[in-house]
Amino acid sequence: MEKEEKAPLKKILLICSKASIEDVYAALVMGNGAVMEGIETKLFFTFFGLDAITKKTMNKLHTATTGNPGMRMPGGLPFPTILGALPGVEAGVSAMMRKQMDDLDIPPVDEFLELITAGGGEIYACKLAMDMFKLTKEDLHEEVKAVITVGELYEMSGGEGTQIVFT
Amino acid sequence: MSTKTIAGVEINVTEDGYMNDASQWSKEIAAEIAKEEGVELTDKHFELIDFIRNKVAAGEGLTLRGIGKSGVVNAKEFYQLFPGAPLKKATKIAGVPKPTSCI
Repeated sequence: MEKEEKAPLKKILLICSKASIEDVYAALVMGNGAVMEGIETKLFFTFFGLDAITKKTMNKLHTATTGNPGMRMPGGLPFPTILGALPGVEAGVSAMMRKQMDDLDIPPVDEFLELITAGGGEIYACKLAMDMFKLTKEDLHEEVKAVITVGELYEMSGGEGTQIVFT
Repeated sequence: MSTKTIAGVEINVTEDGYMNDASQWSKEIAAEIAKEEGVELTDKHFELIDFIRNKVAAGEGLTLRGIGKSGVVNAKEFYQLFPGAPLKKATKIAGVPKPTSCI
């Protein structure tokens, strides 16, 4: 049988700029998946995405219960936006979502970062956003390798077979 | 489905080399597949292969996290035992189907 010539992905750079559960986990699942395939993987967290690598916030991420048309009640009925605006609803829904993910063996954010670095993946924070939010390296999880500029980010993303993905 | 002769035995394998019938598996076959994958099997490898085979036999899913918590190895050691693509390599060598999990 004739085999198609394949040019496998060699390196991937994932950029996460948002703090919602779905945005952060999209980056983490894809990043971890890439590491598990033997692809050189780097994750870059910027703007609100920094919440995912900040010790204080990383395991308390929320999903939006207002302005989120995908939100449903358990059972599939529509989730009224006005209900999502009530105090505590977003926290409750988010806690439920984290619990459901844990049941599927999807780890909490800190453990996920550890799995990624265990396989040689690298985690970076954006310097500009760090300055903006007045964060220091000490506020970040230990698995964060460095705080870098955009220029440094591009320097390390060269090479054939490299992809940059914005989640 | 195709067949492949490994360690002198004819084995049913999938297109990408995973064994179709876990009962055909033996340590000799594992060693042969491991060699193809560039892995030299040690006792630690076999301990983990046992864990994987038991998990699959029990109908449970395999994840990197689950293996990291197996008590046999942690995630880092798992990557060291099967460099590159650990879960894919380990399951191939263990003679179980290709894992369907995303994590």
